[in-house]
Amino acid sequence: MMDAVLSPVTDAPLLSIQNLTVALPTGGDRPYAVKDISFELNPNEILCIVGESGSGKSISANAIMGLLPAYLKPQAGRIQFRNQDLLQQSEHMLLGLRGKDIGMIFQEPMSALNPVMKVGDQIAEVMQVHNAFAGPQQTARIHARMMQLLELVGLPDPQSLQHAYPFRLSGGQRQRVMIAMALALEPAILIADEPTTALDVTTQAQILKLIKDIQRSMHMAVMFITHDFGVVADIADRVLVMEKGLIVETGLASAVLNAPSHPYTKRLIAAVPHGTSRADSDFSQKGSTEDRPVLEVKGLKKTYITARGMFVKKRVVHAVNEVSFTVKRGQTLGIVGESGSGKSTIGRCLLKLTEIDGGQMLFQGQDIAPLSAAQFRPMRQKIQMIFQDPFASLNPRHTVGRILTDGPVANGAAYQDAAVRARELLKLVELEESAFDRYPNAFSGGQRQRIGIARALALNPELLVADESVSALDVSVQAQVLRLLQDIQRRLNVAMIFITHDLRVAAQICDELVVMHQGCIVESGTPAAVFDHPQHLYTQTLIKAIPGQDWKPMAKRA
Amino acid sequence: MKLFLKHFAMNRGALLGSAILLIVILTGIFCSFLFEESPWMMVGQPLLLPFQESEFPLGTDMLGRDIAAGLAYGARVSLMVGVISTLVAVFVGVMIGAAAGYYGGWIDDAMMRFTEFFQTIPQLAMAVVLVAILSPSIYSIVGAIAIVSWPPVARLVRGEFLSLKQREFVQAAVVIGQRPSKIIFSQILPNAISPIIVTASLMIATAILTESALAFLGLGDRNMMSWGFMIGASRTMLREAPWMSVMPGVAILLTVLAINLIGEGLNDAMNPQLRKRGES
Repeated sequence: MMDAVLSPVTDAPLLSIQNLTVALPTGGDRPYAVKDISFELNPNEILCIVGESGSGKSISANAIMGLLPAYLKPQAGRIQFRNQDLLQQSEHMLLGLRGKDIGMIFQEPMSALNPVMKVGDQIAEVMQVHNAFAGPQQTARIHARMMQLLELVGLPDPQSLQHAYPFRLSGGQRQRVMIAMALALEPAILIADEPTTALDVTTQAQILKLIKDIQRSMHMAVMFITHDFGVVADIADRVLVMEKGLIVETGLASAVLNAPSHPYTKRLIAAVPHGTSRADSDFSQKGSTEDRPVLEVKGLKKTYITARGMFVKKRVVHAVNEVSFTVKRGQTLGIVGESGSGKSTIGRCLLKLTEIDGGQMLFQGQDIAPLSAAQFRPMRQKIQMIFQDPFASLNPRHTVGRILTDGPVANGAAYQDAAVRARELLKLVELEESAFDRYPNAFSGGQRQRIGIARALALNPELLVADESVSALDVSVQAQVLRLLQDIQRRLNVAMIFITHDLRVAAQICDELVVMHQGCIVESGTPAAVFDHPQHLYTQTLIKAIPGQDWKPMAKRA
Repeated sequence: MKLFLKHFAMNRGALLGSAILLIVILTGIFCSFLFEESPWMMVGQPLLLPFQESEFPLGTDMLGRDIAAGLAYGARVSLMVGVISTLVAVFVGVMIGAAAGYYGGWIDDAMMRFTEFFQTIPQLAMAVVLVAILSPSIYSIVGAIAIVSWPPVARLVRGEFLSLKQREFVQAAVVIGQRPSKIIFSQILPNAISPIIVTASLMIATAILTESALAFLGLGDRNMMSWGFMIGASRTMLREAPWMSVMPGVAILLTVLAINLIGEGLNDAMNPQLRKRGES
């Protein structure tokens, strides 16, 4: 925590980076990936490096490990570790260092483990590579250490788990295995590159606690890279904020979090979704809610059957089980849950992108569930979707103009009218009109998501389904897109279903929340009620796991 | 597009292939100006060695026909058969593969079993049977080659469609109410075009070889000189006049090699994963 005892300032910094500059290949959006950065990592502290994507935070970490790709060359500066400049060392020397003195945990636990190797062997391999415990009974001692590590990182039943292959482990468990590998040789420094970003919020809380506990007990130096200020508030001793390859602010966690001095830091902190409900947030004031529901879902059911075969026992997964809810005009309903809770399946069912196994979906009083694809097609324009991944949801071979006019044209509008409307929409989502003739690759993630929103609006829908529409965006962009969505929803008075894993975001823009767990709705109500008086045990866990609980950024930052 | 040409031009092999192919194409187009007599006509002494007489730089065959003229006219047949049969095969393959990949379910099952039916019969054997039944002519040869060579295209296109169908932009197209035919041709197909072009370029080479094999077996078009026919006709004289079969053999080799080099160059230029970062 921020008030924790800071490192004993007796010894010199463990790792010191001086004036490091890494150039980007020519033609990039800026000449340097990182420019002239200097910082130190002290023993027994957690240093958080915060910044948005492209700020150069991962490049800094990879430079320390000597893992920069060939087209990125450090041009100037020194990375001083135990009186050696790591940039000057041979690859052979770095090989001895990696894993032994400096350990690293990666972002994607799903792809960081070798899928065809048992997890126990993978942990033991780290020690074998560095020839640890050399001498008689080396194998036995490595094995003992491996079991000890599995225990240390809190994996259940190490005896049987050591023989498991990675695919049998959940994301959180795999990340624990990664941590065990990184810790195997008790490195002096642990570099963690967004280790919890790909995990569910409850798992994230556990992993953060684990890293913090291990750091405290082993007195390691941890360099923790993240984009989430909530995470920073939970674990950091010291914070370093990066913007576009420059360090803009450093300081003790309490100072940076509560009294940021640089405008960029202020902006980032202001953009953190704060989980206060819409009534008392900046957006406030909602459109008139009518009583007649736009959509009424009754007893919706969707089951996936896996491993169907003659001799294989089939496995039935109830992705959505007897779910019912209603959305009224001008209302935003949030569906919140962790991965695998069935929240995205609901979205796909509503748009009939997937077959359903039971229940009714009454759209303006008409049950759309039994309609065939052809019967439903004319109604599609009234229910539109905003997709999750702004990089996958736009056809890379079509211009933005084509993307926006395709919908109206498919529904019988003349191209000329659709083009005029498309230009209006571009203005509505705060993009230049010149975007009309450009291809999606000319735009950033946030801009692409705006195009996705414009595409949905081009058909004047009555119901918008937003499936994790801001999850792939940086926090400051996320705040802008959320504001835009809310603004548009209020202005056009459409009904919206907002599917997300982030309770903070949901609370910020929804009028009603439903919390999903294993295919069932476990709780529903207004955001304030759900947040302040969660009834169900799962909701309570979920709320407790939100990072940065104890830190309330000063309300209403100017 | 400019970037694509730049990448293609960086590949030396592909440039060389393009140069060779260009020469073959030009010879095919202008052969009637280069050689006024039909390649079937006896124009000189039989069995002249190459360079023995300046009039026949590549020599003559056992009936006194000009081998150079035969090669030039044969280029026409080879390229025509290669290109047309590939176009037909790609068209059929794309239609079947797209339908199977997009619709899935029983349509996919039916179409893939149908495709496998063709794949289980050796290509050349089937082509021989088809040409023999339909009586040899340029049409039956093109048709037979197209019929035996579409299944790999169908498989490839089906695979591309299966993966592209899951992408969000395709789902977005469904959501805005586009019809399946429109989604297939305007949303998915343009994104699957690179591997199709690369495969097609390699198929042209295979088609030329198949045509040569058919002609060698005596199943060529009787009215059109072709490289395979020239080799077939000269096999009885292999010891006495080896140049008669070597010349068309080299022509086939160079053309197929050129097309393969181009195909490889296209593959590299169209594959974004092989590009360096910083370019897009």
